[in-house]
Amino acid sequence: MSDRHILSLGCLGLVLLFVASLFIGAGDLSFRTIANGEMDGEALRLLLVSRLPRTVAAMLAGASLAVAGLLMQMLSSNRFVEPSTIGTTEAAGLGMVVVTLLAPGALIFVKALVAAGFAIAGTAVFLILIRRLRLKSGLLVPLVGLVLAGIIQAAAHFVAYRADLLQSLGAWSSGDFSMVLQGRYELLWIGAMLGSVALIAADRFTLAGLGRDVSVNLGLAYERVVALGLVIVSAIAAVTVATIGSIPFVGLVVPNLVTMTMGDNGRRIVPFVALWGAILVLGCDVLGRLLRYPYEIPVSVIMGVAGSALFLMLLARRRTAHG
Amino acid sequence: MIEASALTKLYGDSRVVDRVSLTLDQPGVTAIIGPNGAGKSTLLSMIARLLPIDKGRAFIDGLDVTRTKGSELARRIAVLKQENGLLARLTVRDLIGFGRFPHSRGRLTAADRAKVDEAISFLDLTPLSDRFLDELSGGQRQRAFVAMVLAQDTPAILLDEPLNNLDIRHAVAMMRLVRKAADDLGKIIVVVLHDINFASCYADRIIAMQEGRIVVDGPAAAVVTEETVEAVFGLPVMVREIEGQRTCLFRR
Repeated sequence: MSDRHILSLGCLGLVLLFVASLFIGAGDLSFRTIANGEMDGEALRLLLVSRLPRTVAAMLAGASLAVAGLLMQMLSSNRFVEPSTIGTTEAAGLGMVVVTLLAPGALIFVKALVAAGFAIAGTAVFLILIRRLRLKSGLLVPLVGLVLAGIIQAAAHFVAYRADLLQSLGAWSSGDFSMVLQGRYELLWIGAMLGSVALIAADRFTLAGLGRDVSVNLGLAYERVVALGLVIVSAIAAVTVATIGSIPFVGLVVPNLVTMTMGDNGRRIVPFVALWGAILVLGCDVLGRLLRYPYEIPVSVIMGVAGSALFLMLLARRRTAHG
Repeated sequence: MIEASALTKLYGDSRVVDRVSLTLDQPGVTAIIGPNGAGKSTLLSMIARLLPIDKGRAFIDGLDVTRTKGSELARRIAVLKQENGLLARLTVRDLIGFGRFPHSRGRLTAADRAKVDEAISFLDLTPLSDRFLDELSGGQRQRAFVAMVLAQDTPAILLDEPLNNLDIRHAVAMMRLVRKAADDLGKIIVVVLHDINFASCYADRIIAMQEGRIVVDGPAAAVVTEETVEAVFGLPVMVREIEGQRTCLFRR
């Protein structure tokens, strides 16, 4: 199957999920109502204010988180990192706690901006650490990331505990689409737009993935490309945390799945990474609404289970395939 | 043309490279040899702007490497270090295509594609061109990276220990290619080598380094002598002419 075939099949799958997502949920809205032309104002409102935004939010978050994961892997030349395992997401959470403490009434946009600033700082610390420590081993890099993430998370918990914000921190650190309403998710568009920069600069990020020496040799402004990627990754993490909360594993599983089958050439794979990210997150959200119908399981829980299982499978495959 | 004047690299108090000056302006193969820690790779990295220069200056075609745009330098000098492609599940052809990045900035023209094809056939990579790098053997992968720097089409090429991790057959094949690139394509090639015999057999000129300094610099035949090798490596050796090849053997 050619790239184009796979891409169109994937898009078809996404459209089907999209339609399914619009009609699944506790509120009364079925496909039949619309087909019979019995759509009343209440149903229309439910569709436009809740279901549609929720569905779009899941797709945007999934696509941009997957691309952020891919970028992070290229920037650190390591396949086993993603924003939520190296401190980016945790730093964004800390930023949300701090800004909520200092300026409780600030606009969500402002809060996300502060969170992005914290996320940039956290990610920069990670990148500086792995460069200073000259880590060569593939598994030490994610381990350092986990340690850093743990420290930042502990700091966030401490501040949140002192300021009585633990409940909010909980919401930011576990992704859930059930609170998405029109007017409360639109920041995710910014994340998606930044993610599309990855497509425009795909060659540069691919080169960065080959390491600093190769990049500099070929005349790439390596530090500038890393800085650009750092901002994109951090901003995506921040808008996700600010609007729906963090979702684990998307940034890890999707890029690994795609690079294993299609390679690391960014220009070829970025669209696929975005597409599978959207499908995976929307799929998990739909599943979360179905499993205990009419109750819901948060997407972060479903993703935690599905993602870790997928990741273990990938790890085993990668081992056997490439020593 | 490569020129270095009083290049110095400091790590703390120790001078890893100590006021090294050299000029390379003739096509051909120059080998840099010397014991571990002599500063060979560091020197190469400074000339190729991969490491900051602490003192002294380096020029490529008269351009100061610390002040010239990276993309400008990338069309004049290519460098290949020992460890490459940490995240490199690229096809051989894609990788070599990236060698054209300094010229095309990512959009390959027909002329770029021709250069890529040339490099592929020069290194006998045609049957492997659509394979992923991480599915190749060490020697094949090394060849692909050399093809990348060849496709970069620069007058000067620096190779940092290109024979590392290669068995004798692949090492000889690699050195033949290096020789061929210098002879057929008229390149200035600098190779850091560990094995004196590869330097002796394939290089026109040998530069021997010790403790950050150049101690000997001359035509291969003049450098590979018992006195010089003993002085540079601190090891008694025998140098013999075997069927026209100047060969260096260690003493038991």
